[in-house]
Amino acid sequence: MTKTSDQASLDQWYVLGAIGDFPAGTTKPTRLLGADLEVRRGPGGAFEIAELGRNGTLPVDLRYGHLWTSLGSPGRPIFALPENDEPDRRAVYCGGVHVRASGLRVVENFLDLAHFPYVHTEILGTESMPEVARYQVEHREEVDEVWATKCTFFQPKAAAAADGGQISQYMYRVTSPFHVMLYKTPPTAPNRWDVIALFVQPVEEDYSIAHPFMLVIDEVSSDADLIAFQQMIFLQDRIVLENQRPRLLPLAPGRETPTRGDLSSVIYRRWLKEKGVRFGVEEPAHYAHA
Amino acid sequence: MLRLHDYVLSGSCYKVRLLLAQLKLDYERVPVDFYPGRQHKSPAYLALNPLGQIPILEDGDLVLRDAQAILAHLANAYDPAGIWLPRDKERFGPVMMWLSFAGGELMALSAARMHDMLGYDLDADAARARGRAALRVLDDHLADRALEGGDWIVGSTPTIADIACFPYVALSHDCGVGHEDYPAVNLWQRRVRKLPGFVTMPGIPDYF
Repeated sequence: MTKTSDQASLDQWYVLGAIGDFPAGTTKPTRLLGADLEVRRGPGGAFEIAELGRNGTLPVDLRYGHLWTSLGSPGRPIFALPENDEPDRRAVYCGGVHVRASGLRVVENFLDLAHFPYVHTEILGTESMPEVARYQVEHREEVDEVWATKCTFFQPKAAAAADGGQISQYMYRVTSPFHVMLYKTPPTAPNRWDVIALFVQPVEEDYSIAHPFMLVIDEVSSDADLIAFQQMIFLQDRIVLENQRPRLLPLAPGRETPTRGDLSSVIYRRWLKEKGVRFGVEEPAHYAHA
Repeated sequence: MLRLHDYVLSGSCYKVRLLLAQLKLDYERVPVDFYPGRQHKSPAYLALNPLGQIPILEDGDLVLRDAQAILAHLANAYDPAGIWLPRDKERFGPVMMWLSFAGGELMALSAARMHDMLGYDLDADAARARGRAALRVLDDHLADRALEGGDWIVGSTPTIADIACFPYVALSHDCGVGHEDYPAVNLWQRRVRKLPGFVTMPGIPDYF
């Protein structure tokens, strides 16, 4: 497809990969919002990003270990992630995973607690304890982010370093339509929060690259352990995401019926609608094919 | 103690995990940062396997590469009854033949999957076409077996031929290849999933 005309999506920052995904002295093609991009990294390590068929270069930001760009004019800087500066945290880059799904579906699935017992069985949930306890969701207008707080869930194996089950405390944070992260109690440091982020690179309306990134407190597990755990979880989600219908995220009322446990999805969808996001959103013209 | 150098998303490593579970063998799992770290191409791993591939199985002083060779070794060494690797003239050759097929033609589905899932730079459509051709061959074989009353690839019991063929068949949805055109394959993979001690991996559908 060609580049989207959806200004609300164009005017955002996006991750194209971890900085380490782009060795010095190489050129790599990639795609964003239907546009063809070229990422060039000079021998000295400097980045240049160009959109094919368009003069000039795109903005480059190197933050949180990732390469960021935008096809439009973001009205604000990339969100704050203070945990990135805490010296005892391990930054783990889990590698981009391609998914034939709308990036908004990927974010919404990340926000969902109810699927844990069925999709991540005996890891993030167990079928005998499927209840999603009441939690709170708010649109924090001063930072324009969606937060879900006071989430709890019983998890047989909450993280790579978990020895047994625990009731995990969660907070979810959506910082922009395609960027989401969760804060979760680590098995080894109950007074702090692990941060697990999912930076989605929307390629086509129904095709995305998800870049999972972790800032965790864990002195035990190897990088390979941590990455394997996260990839296992994400690949369990991937098969579900690729089979969701309609493929694009419906924002019209009545197209899907939320329950109480879907409150974060309800607020997320409302927030997307207010912003006028259309990339990856189901339009009425799609209904016949859904 | 057996030691398996393993990657959670690798269908080839999964072949070995599947047989280890069937044989109820304890083993030490060493996770390899295959992606994005490419740890299997590091000097330490190239010393274990100069081909730069996983799985790798260490069994005492023995270091084995190639999922099919590892399956044959485990069945040979730890299944004295010869259930998983029959030695009789009628079955040994066919089991070896389908083992080669699993490590050969069927691996086109693995290539297409690496492209679709992890963005590997290769001709995925060509790989998918080769994968479909391999599934056609397997489906025809299993349909013929069904006419003879056979449920498995070789003989009347599951063998390492079934274990070797199962992962990339069951994971084919990961590269957009469904089982609609392969009804005998679909029935067979349900039988594999029902084996006592079956273990699954991410990407294998629960409801097909």
